[in-house]
Amino acid sequence: MNDMTPDREERSANLKGMGCSRKRVEDARFTQGKGNYVDDIKLPDMLHGDFVRSPYAHARVVSVNKEAALALPGVVAVLTAEDLAPLNLHWMPTLAGDKQMVLADGKVLFQGQEVAFVVASDRYVAADAVELVEVEYEELPVITDPFEALKSDVVLREDLEGQTEGAHGPRKHHNHIFTWEQGDEAGTNQVLDNAEVVAEETMYYHRTHPCPLETCGSVASMDKVNGKLTLWGTFQAPHVVRTVASLLSGIEEHNIRVVSPDIGGGFGNKVGVYPGYVCSIVASIVTGKPVKWVEDRMENLMSTAFARDYHMTGKISATKDGKITGLHCHVTADHGGFDACADPTKFPAGFMNICTGSYDIPVAYLAVDGVYTNKAPGGVSYRCSFRVTEAVYFIERMIEVLAIELDMDAAELRRINFIKKEQFPYTAALGWEYDSGDYHTAWDKALETVEYDALRKEQAERVEAFKRGETRKLMGVGLSFFTEIVGAGPVKNCDILGMGMFDSCEIRIHPTGSAIARLGTISQGQGHATTFAQILASEIGISADSITIEEGDTDTAPYGLGTYGSRSTPVAGAATAMAGRKIRAKAQMIAAYLLEVHDDDVEFDIDRFVVKGAPERFKTMKEIAYAAYNQAIPGIEPGLEAVSYYDPPNMTYPFGAYVCVMDIDVDTGVPEIRRFYALDDCGTRINPMIIEGQVHGGLTEALAVALGQEIAYDDLGNVKTGTLMDFFLPTAWEVPNYETDYTVTPSPHHPIGAKGVGESPHVGGVPCFSNAVQDAFRAFGLRHTNMPHDHWRIWQTANGLGLHD
Amino acid sequence: MSDKMHIKLKVNGEDKEFLAEPRELLIYALREKLNITGPHVGCETSHCGACTVTIDGKSVKSCTMFVAQANGAEITTIEGIGEPDALHVLQENFREHHGLQCGFCTPGMITRATKLLEENPNPTEEEVRFGMAGNICRCTGYQNIVKSILSAASEINAAKEAAQ
Repeated sequence: MNDMTPDREERSANLKGMGCSRKRVEDARFTQGKGNYVDDIKLPDMLHGDFVRSPYAHARVVSVNKEAALALPGVVAVLTAEDLAPLNLHWMPTLAGDKQMVLADGKVLFQGQEVAFVVASDRYVAADAVELVEVEYEELPVITDPFEALKSDVVLREDLEGQTEGAHGPRKHHNHIFTWEQGDEAGTNQVLDNAEVVAEETMYYHRTHPCPLETCGSVASMDKVNGKLTLWGTFQAPHVVRTVASLLSGIEEHNIRVVSPDIGGGFGNKVGVYPGYVCSIVASIVTGKPVKWVEDRMENLMSTAFARDYHMTGKISATKDGKITGLHCHVTADHGGFDACADPTKFPAGFMNICTGSYDIPVAYLAVDGVYTNKAPGGVSYRCSFRVTEAVYFIERMIEVLAIELDMDAAELRRINFIKKEQFPYTAALGWEYDSGDYHTAWDKALETVEYDALRKEQAERVEAFKRGETRKLMGVGLSFFTEIVGAGPVKNCDILGMGMFDSCEIRIHPTGSAIARLGTISQGQGHATTFAQILASEIGISADSITIEEGDTDTAPYGLGTYGSRSTPVAGAATAMAGRKIRAKAQMIAAYLLEVHDDDVEFDIDRFVVKGAPERFKTMKEIAYAAYNQAIPGIEPGLEAVSYYDPPNMTYPFGAYVCVMDIDVDTGVPEIRRFYALDDCGTRINPMIIEGQVHGGLTEALAVALGQEIAYDDLGNVKTGTLMDFFLPTAWEVPNYETDYTVTPSPHHPIGAKGVGESPHVGGVPCFSNAVQDAFRAFGLRHTNMPHDHWRIWQTANGLGLHD
Repeated sequence: MSDKMHIKLKVNGEDKEFLAEPRELLIYALREKLNITGPHVGCETSHCGACTVTIDGKSVKSCTMFVAQANGAEITTIEGIGEPDALHVLQENFREHHGLQCGFCTPGMITRATKLLEENPNPTEEEVRFGMAGNICRCTGYQNIVKSILSAASEINAAKEAAQ
């Protein structure tokens, strides 16, 4: 060592490893307009596809006349179900074990359903041709209500008529899809029947949509000379898309290359497989030219996916002093015309069975009935792990309702029912094993920071002032404490279309000591290129700035199940750490050889291996990398590479405590968010700056859903919120500043203790905003009112409580 | 289809001439004829602002303007703001303050912000929020975008003061 040798602190800082707010490497290209999104792809002779869509929600397709469209100069083809049938591509399997029409086969089941695919020289000609395709429809009775669907004689899915067994067990009615039961029904009913206090509530978690700023799209290019298909698309799971494309098309998987380029936000919207992807592939095969399909915003909101649409009925029992004794939940789930929900195969209602929340509830029962209606298919997890948003909303509303029933403070009711720190790992009544948690510490920190008691005092004074006529504004204190279940998941119980939900990382160290790592996931704004390099930097002692991260090209990246359900850090992040450790193990042997000592006599120290007890004798990772390539080392293969496929032993369970303080003008129904405090515990923190950004974004999507965003239908199945004029996306003007905070409870089974955070703020945020609105009216007798709490509905609530009298 | 028009534009300082149908939207002319793919299409109804460009000194959503209406105009897109080795102060600050995530809204957002700071060089937080309300971001929740713009404003003002 000499005086120029950096000290340990400096060496550690130079790595830009875990725990630092490293600036994002993605930003250079994005801030200069040099991102490369699907619609930016332009290939020679590329054609454009566009859909003829059904204006009706339920109708028979009597005939499709393509003549006028085909006569238009520039139109190359018009595909209908009849054209796809010989290839057996007029229907496709869904992720939920159902099948879905790619193009209308005899009838349509929702407004906006794909009827014909026009292929033309440019997007304007394609749009003109869409108008020239003449479709004759015969209207059928429309059902948009799942309860009505279960009573109706009208058969929505005639293709399934007579099938009493579905992918998830018996079907009770021709419009019924499945019943999914979890927990102990008899035991729960017994506890409820004998309870000191029971609170019951029915709530509707409305239909909404992830609506990323970039819509869905794809470019398919079939190279008939080499027999290779390349497919670029907005895919949150490119490897699964390759497998599905191979199974559907019959093209061998090695001849298909799927690429997810930059993705302009996903939030669950880009998990599913949509008819547009299939049609672009077929059209490219048919025409021999590249074919691009990009949906417009209305098509996006009407046809590619939706989220939520759960009608939930709950019963929660407790002792008189507030100890919860049992929970019963029934859900009627509106899945639309096809069951295309994006959940792991064995979970038709996702992880709705996390609905016991953060509480020690001895017995519980959940039943979910999936139902067909004339609405769009594709229940996706909009910024949440599978149906966790619904589960957390349900339990956090039930807690509030129980607090009203008990005439108790809702914060205290939560506190006395939390699972205690010493109870972890904790097996919940509906089966999940929570890996870790320290709920009381988080809750106390949150309540103390916001000065909870003072808020309640102020609120009580406000109510009095309101009654005296001194103010027209009420004050709501919204609380939520959530436990998420993310990182799907263990291959033993989680798969998508049979593919186990592991993930992967492959690392190559270059001779000069820089590296490339490729993963099976795909960033949609989460900053993977930044954070995964930080994990690796800490594991292998090479600066994050010298590590390139690549994802999304199935020809180069190892197979993985993609990015959704906050699974990238829990699963691919773990694979990254494990692959890094393989590199380190080999590096240790090389270092020992170079230092002429036994393998066990060297130890890893930030960016080097040092001889134990003699830190002046060391080899840096850079020196070791060079040695791996430039000299023969007895017993060790040349090169320095590793791959890890990580099958997580359990899910991870991030949690958090949120408080929202809101003023509501009872005469206009306008809520004003005065304060929002969010404490998140996502275990080990990789990049605090990115975590904070994820929390801000998730909370804003939560605000949107709670306060106005919905996909609404009229009785004829017309989508009433099909443009951004009607579908609420908050602007900078409507959004508050958030206060973020954290505790750290590392996951005991994850290699670096990380749990995932991207979706927590949405999961915890929706009930927090909703509880704030409803809490404002608690003093006037409100028990529950459904979201979205837009101005009109809040005004109606106030009016219904007689506050305008 | 109608007859094509001869369109002349000055885009990011370069003269461009091409033929286009008058009904073609400016955003598609930029993206598909001129390969200027920084401005994006997010809604085609003027709501989201991903397509924002500067036309003759004003922020305009190029998804709801016909290319014919822009004939003869001077246009600046994100490609005309900053250089790879000399980023605009807004680009620097968006990176510094994590003012972007997926990057899809970012070109429109920064293009609009350059105009906002010309219109109002010393905005309050409220003025930034109001002035940026035509640009939707689905990822960041705006907090860091606002921070980025306010920070850029102080840097620009500090530089101006130092120069005087």
